[in-house]
Amino acid sequence: MSLEIMIVKIRIDGKYYETKLGKNLLEACLELGLNIPHFCYHPALGSVGACRLCAVKRFKDADDKKGHIIMSCMEPVTEGMIISIEDADASAIRAAVIEGVMTNHPHDCPVCDEGGECHLQDMTVMAGHNYRRFDFKKRTYKDQDLGSFINHEMNRCIQCYRCMRFYRDYVGGKDLNAFAAHNYVYFGRHENGALESEFSGNLVEVCPTGVFTDKTLKKHFTRKWDLSNAPSVCVHCSVGCNTIVSERYDSLRRIMSRYNGAVNGYFICDRGRFGYEFVNDEKRIRNPKIRINKNEKQEEVSENNLILTSLTESFSKDKKIIGIGSPRASLESNYSLLSLVGQENFYHGISKREYNLTKTALDFLRSSSVKTPSLKQIEKADVVFILGEDITNTAPMTALAVRQAVRNKPKAAATEKGIPLWNEYPIRNYTQDSKSPVFIATAIKDRLDDIAEKTFRGSNADIAGLGIAVGSLLNDEASTLKLSSNDQQELAEKIALSLKNAKHPLIITGVNCGDEEILHAALNISIALRKNNPEAMLSIALPECNSMGLAMLPGKPLDEAISIASNEIIDTLVILENDLYRRTTKESVDVLFEKSKQVIVLDHLINKTSQDVDIVIPVSTFAESEGTLINNEGRAQRYYKAINNKDEVKESWRWIGDLIKLRNNDQSIPWNNFDELVSSLVNELPAFSKLKEYMPDADFRMYNAKIPRQSLRYSGRTAMNANIAVSEQKVAEDNDSPLAFSMEGQGEQPPSSLVPFYWTPGWNSVQASNNYLDELNGSLKGGDPGIRLVESNGENKSSYFKIDSHTVDLQKNELLIVPAYSIFGSEELSSAGEAIKQRIPEPFVYLCEKDADIFEFKDNDMITIEIAKSKIELKVIIENSLKQGVAVVSVNLPGMPFIDLPASGIFSKM
Amino acid sequence: MEEAGQYPYPAVACIDALKIVQHHRGWVSDDSVKDIAQLLEISNEDVDGVATFYSRIYRKPVGRNVILICDSISCMIMGYESMYEYISLKLGIHFGETTNDGRFTLLPNSCLGDCDHAPAMMVNNDHYNKLTFEKIDELLSNYK
Repeated sequence: MSLEIMIVKIRIDGKYYETKLGKNLLEACLELGLNIPHFCYHPALGSVGACRLCAVKRFKDADDKKGHIIMSCMEPVTEGMIISIEDADASAIRAAVIEGVMTNHPHDCPVCDEGGECHLQDMTVMAGHNYRRFDFKKRTYKDQDLGSFINHEMNRCIQCYRCMRFYRDYVGGKDLNAFAAHNYVYFGRHENGALESEFSGNLVEVCPTGVFTDKTLKKHFTRKWDLSNAPSVCVHCSVGCNTIVSERYDSLRRIMSRYNGAVNGYFICDRGRFGYEFVNDEKRIRNPKIRINKNEKQEEVSENNLILTSLTESFSKDKKIIGIGSPRASLESNYSLLSLVGQENFYHGISKREYNLTKTALDFLRSSSVKTPSLKQIEKADVVFILGEDITNTAPMTALAVRQAVRNKPKAAATEKGIPLWNEYPIRNYTQDSKSPVFIATAIKDRLDDIAEKTFRGSNADIAGLGIAVGSLLNDEASTLKLSSNDQQELAEKIALSLKNAKHPLIITGVNCGDEEILHAALNISIALRKNNPEAMLSIALPECNSMGLAMLPGKPLDEAISIASNEIIDTLVILENDLYRRTTKESVDVLFEKSKQVIVLDHLINKTSQDVDIVIPVSTFAESEGTLINNEGRAQRYYKAINNKDEVKESWRWIGDLIKLRNNDQSIPWNNFDELVSSLVNELPAFSKLKEYMPDADFRMYNAKIPRQSLRYSGRTAMNANIAVSEQKVAEDNDSPLAFSMEGQGEQPPSSLVPFYWTPGWNSVQASNNYLDELNGSLKGGDPGIRLVESNGENKSSYFKIDSHTVDLQKNELLIVPAYSIFGSEELSSAGEAIKQRIPEPFVYLCEKDADIFEFKDNDMITIEIAKSKIELKVIIENSLKQGVAVVSVNLPGMPFIDLPASGIFSKM
Repeated sequence: MEEAGQYPYPAVACIDALKIVQHHRGWVSDDSVKDIAQLLEISNEDVDGVATFYSRIYRKPVGRNVILICDSISCMIMGYESMYEYISLKLGIHFGETTNDGRFTLLPNSCLGDCDHAPAMMVNNDHYNKLTFEKIDELLSNYK
């Protein structure tokens, strides 16, 4: 079909517009900037025609003066269609629908958290229903305690069923349902308790009214119009979802999803949404701390010049300084440390295992021609094979994208029957339970098992073996291996055949499983697939938000710094935003600290590393600084500060700039602002050259004005500091970005990468984001923000990895141990927040019943495991999906020591 | 389990399971919902969604005998309201309530399909129509 035919002309209220064939009328009108009120339609969830609010009038032809009412969300656009939105009958229906909905809706907007950004408020105003005539009792409900993330207030419910369609249909959640019937329909759980889904927080945005609201926001509630916002990027995993961070009175109030058509679309996961509380934590380091003697306590210093003066000597040219970077610090902060200490003294601050695997991933993504998909492209995959990685816990939004991908085959079948893709229920009816094939090979039951066609459980060697077998079936050049078990060989053949026949096959693996064999096996499959299919995709989950950015910088793994320390004395050790006790064993860190005359830590929170060093420097979090993060597909994305730094808190790169000044013993600071820092980075390291062209500089202006972080209605600016000084204080300046801490500026939409919040006339709720898009579900106007720095070169030259499978001989009482990540708990920063803390599991070990019987362990027993000489205590959970001989142990949970997994460990009773 | 085995998906046996439980216990408790969910390998919410949808699956304890008075349009015209008031006064309970001795629970029901013989009501599984005060006195005495 040529492009000309795709474009259709429609007449709306006497004017002609062009739109694309295949859309529904509501979608088309919203894209054209025409306001049609609607409830149940959501771009990501499709149309169901349930709420009847989007009524418009359609005319048969130019002679038809009477017309008939249609629901615009259920009407495909056709060439020459004539409709009226403003028609009196249609308007009356819309007002009547609102009046009906309002019969049970409480008039509690002033005390409702949704007030001011409520879709129902917007629609009520838009539909023109002003006065209530309903004079009877409203039905009321008892609310439920849905855990630490979400507040429940059922009285406000208008029964649009959006929550069901999101939670059950889109996310695959099972523990939220509609109860009872007619006027008493209730959305909730069977009983009180936290919503199980990792994506439950999106209900806050999906719900058009105040039934599901953000419980963390409630603790320090602020109306949307009083928030000062900034575009940001999530720092809690390697996927790099876009977020909006919001501030009031110098504290971070909440995180919302920021639309990015290529990355997270409309949604984010709960760790990303509720993991922000560490920013306001009382454990935040606000002033520098110093201790003169190793045995003394750290003393707070309120004057930062004092710190710098005291450091003059230790930073003189002749001293040996070693820098340890961090995968959770921005590219710029890591780069500034690199400049301070020089390439030969810069270490990545991650374990050797993680370093090697991440490097392998990066080298492969750079050198091979296999596509690295964005989340949007993952949603388009028609066959998915996941090896070894528990993506729901390590890269949650990737798992959500895979959940959408399983609908591709059935959707294609429905399209052949002439059902448009937006027509949600007919598609579900027609396709029933059919799914695109997903194959999952992991050690233990997986959260995605419910959508899997086949699952495989085994040790890492078994998973790698399956991968190798699939690879060799797809291409004879890959190392050949015939699996010993017929079942496994059959499965390998089935997977290979599915992948071979797929249009968009996708292999997913990750660094978090810690197994080189599995990674190599997955890469080999993708190479083999790519030979015959240029659309073959490979996605690799990485451990942290800037793992990729760090890997792209020159540097060595942490272990090498430790081996240097055991041989020579280090004058000064500078640790950037990194808790080394999470990276290597306590003994190693102790050696490093003992052999360093002076240890300086730059970090946000008091942790094991920062509480026991000579100097602690308070640095900004993502919410108080600018920075660039590079996600697992190699996409560089920038975040901006929402909070102006106070106390002695400064950006890491700014502190390090001061240190460089000391080091060079001159008066010039290497960079005065963020742009100069980025220029310096780009000049020195050509791999980042694209960074400069991607983002507007700080001197970017729209109509000679900066872009306001605050809405036009922002209140209290003249009064909010009255307790300090009665006269209005000067607005804080921001020399690092084109954003201003002000409501002043012109009202046009800023470039897509600089949108601090969504608002357009008539649309106060998050639905305003629709007006920032070229097409609903498509790209933001002006293109989605972010730029790919790691791009395959187009040639398929990569050679297969040689995989040496080594079997481990298990001693008596030993089992193989693989790591288990928890979405809540395994990530350092989010775990410090109150809401997340309530969801963190106790350190656990999964064992199958047979193994448990051998050791005489029972469910919930506390046991000891000895791994590489360090002992840990864990709670036993019996889980029979595990293969005998394999145990799964939680990692990185608060309070747990570092364990280098996979490994074998000795099990014993406590 | 036998019921569940008759269907390609065990979840389909949900209504039957609820009826079986109610037949033996008189009503469906939270614990029963959980047991059914476990048996049919679906979530508690899935079972409860079905259980609460049907007005004749009781999610609260009821008396030994359940009276369902039809409150639909035909019965309303033919005097259901006075029948309701009579029973209510006689037993000392309103809709949704159970007598202190646990003998009767009184519930409304929309349309028993007996409009031509209105007003109608049911006690347990027995159907009665063309109700009068005398008839009510007589029939209620049969339920202990």
